[in-house]
Amino acid sequence: MSSQPAILVLEDGRVFRGRSFGAAGEAFGELVFSTGMSGYQELLTDPSYHKQVALTTAPHVGNTGWNDEDDESSRIWVAGFVVRDPAPRPSNWRSKGSLDAELARQGVVGIADVDTRALTRHIREAGAMRVGISTTDLDEKSLLAKVLQQPSMEGADLTGEVTIDEAYVIPARGEKKYTVAVLDLGIKSMSLSRLSELGIEQHVLPATASWADVEATNPDGVFFSNGPGDPAAATGPIAVLKNVLENRIPYFGICLGNQLFGHALGFGTYKLKFGHRGLNVPVKDLATGKVEITAQNHGFAVDAPIGEHVETPYGTAEVSHVCLNDDVVEGLELRRDGRRVGFSVQYHPEAAAGPHDSTHLFDRFVEMLAANAGKEA
Amino acid sequence: MPRRQDIESILVIGSGPIVIGQACEFDYSGTQACRVLREEGFRVVLVNSNPATIMTDPDFADATYVEPITTEFLERVIAKERPDAVLATLGGQTALNAAIKLDEAGILEKYGVELIGASVEAIQRGENREEFKDICLALDVPGGPPEVAKSFICHSMEEVLTAADTLGFPVVVRPSFTMGGVGSGFAHDADELRQIAGAGLSASPVTEVLIEESILGWKEFELELMRDTADNVVVVCSIENFDPMGVHTGDSITVAPAMTLTDREYQRMRDVGIAIIRAVGVDTGGCNIQFAIEPDTGRMIVIEMNPRVSRSSALASKATGFPIAKIAAKVAVGYTLDEITNDITQVTPAAFEPVIDYVIVKVPRFAFEKFPAADSTLTTHMKSVGEVMAIGRNFTEALGKALRSMEDASAPFDYAAPAERSVTDLLTDAARPHDGRIRLVMQALQQGATTKQVYEATKIDPWFIHQLELLRDLAVEVADAPELTAEVLRKAKKHGYSDSQIAQLRNHSTDVIRGVRWALGIRPVFKSVDTCAAEFEARTPYMYSSYDEETEVPSREKPAVLILGSGPNRIGQGIEFDYSCVHATMALREAGYEAVMVNCNPETVSTDYDTSDRLYFEPLTAEDVLEIYHAELKAGPVVGVICQLGGQTPLKLAQTLKDAGVPILGTSPEAINLAEERGAFGRLLSRAGLPAPKHGMASSFAEAKAIAAEIGYPVLVRPSYVLGGRGMEIVYDDAALERYISNATEVTEDSPVLVDRFLDDAVEIDVDALYDGEELFLGGVMEHIEEAGVHSGDSACSLPPITLGDAVVEHIREATHLIADGVGVRGLLNIQFALHADTVYVLEANPRASRTVPFVSKAKGIQLAKAAARIMLGESIQDLRDSGLLPAEGDGSTTRPGAPVAVKEAVMPFNRFRTSTGAFVDTVLGPEMRSTGEVMGLADNFGTAYAKAWAASGGPLPTSGTVFVSVANRHKRHALWPIKRLADLGFKLMATSGTASVLRRNGVEVTEVHKLSEREDGDTAPTIVELISSGDIDLVFNTPQGSNVDGASPREDGYLIRTAAVLADVPCVTTVPGLAAAVQGIEALRRGGLEVQSLQEWAAAAR
Repeated sequence: MSSQPAILVLEDGRVFRGRSFGAAGEAFGELVFSTGMSGYQELLTDPSYHKQVALTTAPHVGNTGWNDEDDESSRIWVAGFVVRDPAPRPSNWRSKGSLDAELARQGVVGIADVDTRALTRHIREAGAMRVGISTTDLDEKSLLAKVLQQPSMEGADLTGEVTIDEAYVIPARGEKKYTVAVLDLGIKSMSLSRLSELGIEQHVLPATASWADVEATNPDGVFFSNGPGDPAAATGPIAVLKNVLENRIPYFGICLGNQLFGHALGFGTYKLKFGHRGLNVPVKDLATGKVEITAQNHGFAVDAPIGEHVETPYGTAEVSHVCLNDDVVEGLELRRDGRRVGFSVQYHPEAAAGPHDSTHLFDRFVEMLAANAGKEA
Repeated sequence: MPRRQDIESILVIGSGPIVIGQACEFDYSGTQACRVLREEGFRVVLVNSNPATIMTDPDFADATYVEPITTEFLERVIAKERPDAVLATLGGQTALNAAIKLDEAGILEKYGVELIGASVEAIQRGENREEFKDICLALDVPGGPPEVAKSFICHSMEEVLTAADTLGFPVVVRPSFTMGGVGSGFAHDADELRQIAGAGLSASPVTEVLIEESILGWKEFELELMRDTADNVVVVCSIENFDPMGVHTGDSITVAPAMTLTDREYQRMRDVGIAIIRAVGVDTGGCNIQFAIEPDTGRMIVIEMNPRVSRSSALASKATGFPIAKIAAKVAVGYTLDEITNDITQVTPAAFEPVIDYVIVKVPRFAFEKFPAADSTLTTHMKSVGEVMAIGRNFTEALGKALRSMEDASAPFDYAAPAERSVTDLLTDAARPHDGRIRLVMQALQQGATTKQVYEATKIDPWFIHQLELLRDLAVEVADAPELTAEVLRKAKKHGYSDSQIAQLRNHSTDVIRGVRWALGIRPVFKSVDTCAAEFEARTPYMYSSYDEETEVPSREKPAVLILGSGPNRIGQGIEFDYSCVHATMALREAGYEAVMVNCNPETVSTDYDTSDRLYFEPLTAEDVLEIYHAELKAGPVVGVICQLGGQTPLKLAQTLKDAGVPILGTSPEAINLAEERGAFGRLLSRAGLPAPKHGMASSFAEAKAIAAEIGYPVLVRPSYVLGGRGMEIVYDDAALERYISNATEVTEDSPVLVDRFLDDAVEIDVDALYDGEELFLGGVMEHIEEAGVHSGDSACSLPPITLGDAVVEHIREATHLIADGVGVRGLLNIQFALHADTVYVLEANPRASRTVPFVSKAKGIQLAKAAARIMLGESIQDLRDSGLLPAEGDGSTTRPGAPVAVKEAVMPFNRFRTSTGAFVDTVLGPEMRSTGEVMGLADNFGTAYAKAWAASGGPLPTSGTVFVSVANRHKRHALWPIKRLADLGFKLMATSGTASVLRRNGVEVTEVHKLSEREDGDTAPTIVELISSGDIDLVFNTPQGSNVDGASPREDGYLIRTAAVLADVPCVTTVPGLAAAVQGIEALRRGGLEVQSLQEWAAAAR
């Protein structure tokens, strides 16, 4: 473990000193905290964290090392990683190496031994903000100047940076039942896996795909994934989604896919003070009254009226789920002729990492596809 | 769903006396439940036989029955109170078993009472291992149903042996429906199996044991879950055991959150846990589920579940800030989790899963020193008597804090003095799980053991071993640093090193290290336990220290008083002291102070964040308390620290704290010393003209022998500093004295042995009193049932005294006043007297709250601890009389018409401890305290109260049948009358030859029976041990023959008789006064008509 000093400077000038963890160098981004006590490998490889410096409030990190199975994408996406106490060495039967070594291998700069709780409280009070971590430039002022040059998260269109270059097809596991066009806005592999195990053949398209590209897959349904950045800036995918809805293709969206659904339906989105990032967030399904514990990772939210039916060009929209902690919109639903034709959630039913309480939403998608196919048939 | 409107009154069943495996965590849960249910407007009826609980304070229920938790008494309460519902999931296994028995007896149906929380069916599904296993195997969870250990249910020894043949040794034996794993264990061969399974079959109320494949050495985990009526389920906490499978979780060092699981593995466990709580059908409330994971493959096995609030849920509540029992009570009456607000944030709901940004370490505390003959190997049968919890921002910090919280000088790592033994040697010893194993592991690492070697010997997960290696390396760094720089010091503190550990490594005094540390500005900060890792603001100041950057102590206006708690439960210091601390907290809050509680025991009511204004979950050491004082002083005015309510633990800190400038409230440290220092106290007594038994102090056998010769045998010998009579013995001759001195661990000039004249056949009297500097208020005068020489904590006692004359009580009052004044008491004082040949001797005085404070308070309806707290802050007894906290006239020695006779009886843990050969340890009472808990019986006469106390402590006394008597020669004279009375009552008598001939000479008909040692070849008549084992004896009366209570060398016959009685659950009386009292109890039972009466009714009657 490195004993090299490292420094963390927030855009408001607050400074924390710790030691280097992972790669040496400098890293910048928006500082966000996640309260999950497990699943750092999934978090680090979640493309939604692109351009963000992630802080984990878990007291120890790296305990289970790094394995070959739990990556949610092909690389680590976080811009930097802030932890308190890294494990000296990992211990888990699946571990293939240490977290420290993996961060270093992938060139991800981290800082350890900082008061992560103080930082979390600061972000809670002051809001998510830009940050710089450095093991090379330990001068506070100089690093602060660099932090202030960084772009802000608001208005950032980042999906193009995390998506794939070329479309590809994932065959259904078992018997193929449906074809779904999947817009990869920064998708996690568990979403792909969940869809394919339900008999869905997925045509995975880049974030830059046009309506024509979507239409060309002749989909039974369309799925928009999670992803980084300001949803309002993702104008291309929003336009595609409007086409999807116009053409009455069933839609399911997760996270960014929920925010884009909101925009397509005519609602706005706004930036939360410090977002929801954790594996313990209670969400109520307004239709059933059931509470589910959900995995969340979002800094923006949909601004839609709770408990109202809103008429849109595509049908009647309503808020389907809310967060019990702060009443933030956590899901939207679109109905036509009383039938569900599109829905989305702000949280992560694929849950990697996180609880599996909402896995049934993938079944809901399949039911919707089935109902729609039945209608057409 | 809101609160149910169809029920109005609820019967809450408590957990009864503190026993191993069931301690004050159920007072914590029960108190929360009662509080919640009353807030919700229900009429709460409570039954609990344990007077030392907060829940049995008359303020916590509408009708409080301190009555035995047996079907008979519960039915009487139900018939009288006619509750609509029974809540039994918060009173441990005792309450759950009681509820099942009520159901089986048809009583719930008869009175139309609904069992809420968990149904009988759910309880049975959870507890019946076979059914539980089938449920697990049929679960519908992603990834398929979980595995369970392969096993067979057996009802006979033949079935047991067949099962073991199929599974292969070793196998696990688990009896059904026993508490804390009684009767369970690992069997490595057929002989061991016969022994363990035999005991297990008899311990199980349904004669059922499970024989299971061994998962020894696997990783062990626990989940705490909560479910509501709308089927919302949350996981409150995950716990990982440092000690792998094979050690009862209550005896393991445990850690929260789980440390060595990836999210996938954790979520699999969570999925299975949630599916289990649903399938078992725990309708509402908490449950805990244990899992084992094979370290090399990750194969996960479900071990068991408890369909109720447990010790682990108390730990999980304190660990996370999520009050499981409180929420369980709310969901039991209809609320859903999303309707309940999270107390700590006050804005978010209880429907969530707590996250923690710190590490919790729990370390169990054992009492093997009380049972020298007992095998200290830790097994699946719980043996610890208490525990500590510590919170740190990392594992090492939490572990260091936990080990110093143990209040055992040998508990923390001794980095400076590595063992001079080989790695092989150390690891061979560490392979056997036992108390203190972690220190052997550290020593082995210091001697150069590798991670792999340690893992192979102990199966402790390498992650934990790496943490210990980090600590080991740090010790070298601290010792070798050319200078103790701020950097090195800060690093050591961040990893939990205490000042004294650093001092030892640097060859300095602790004071010097503290001085350097303070000069460098290296002090801990205090962080909040907030359920949410700082995501939301915490409104409840529940704090812990850490060497980190930012402190969160809120500033305040009101003056604060720090109350130091009593630390881990142990024999001699338990729930009774927590009771006093909690009462002081209440009194101070009422009087306008900010009550700041400091304690490290997760089982207690005092460490409920609801109890005080501020809670510091911290070790009770001078270092930690000084830092809290410093932090609170910066937050606002601090009046001082209360040290006299938490037993010896805080009392021992008083002088150090005072020397460091901390104001000590109440009795001064100098006065405490005066009472504890024999010479000074002796002079005080002689000045006041109060007789005390002759005594002396010896630092060698020769000196002791000379003293004994002067004052005469028998003498009571003990080390100079004692807790709960540790190491105390009565010796009758030089040989025994010599043996005692040579066995005593340390006898030196600095720690001499006290030699007291022992007053044979004296009546012991215990007094609790308040003193304000002028007026004395006698709380109560208790007369012991057993003679002096039996530790007061193990002796039954009666309040009011049953045989003392007014003149004696008056004399005691005067003596108490003189001592209180002479010592300089401000607050509580406890004195033990002995009445011997019409002279009242002073045995000892303790200027602090005693173990009997809650009993006296409850028996007399006087709030002694509350009054003491107010006196310590300057109010006079007259002030308290005026304000109504104390009665306007008279005191606890005043007997009001209509007031009850209260009997306290001790509960002993003998069935928990076995020698290495599997035999039980001896059950004779002596000067060494060994009871874990107590019960109270209340009635309008002594006999009935005593009979109730027997019933409550596990009895009951028989009303007919056969009594076996075997009496030592010196007791025969006094034992004659009570034995004769039993014969008159129609009991059949059996006796050994000597006792039988004395009885015959006195015209008592008796059957002679052989002792084991008297058996001759060819003799086929059953011995007494066999008769007891076969259930032919209903009561055993046996007094020890010899003089020594050393369990390691039992006086064979008596020992075998008494342990056979324990094994067969036959009431066993070992003293003559105990028998006399039992006879009165039996007479009362035969008269019949045992009424139940609530404390509220008693109070009204005595007004």
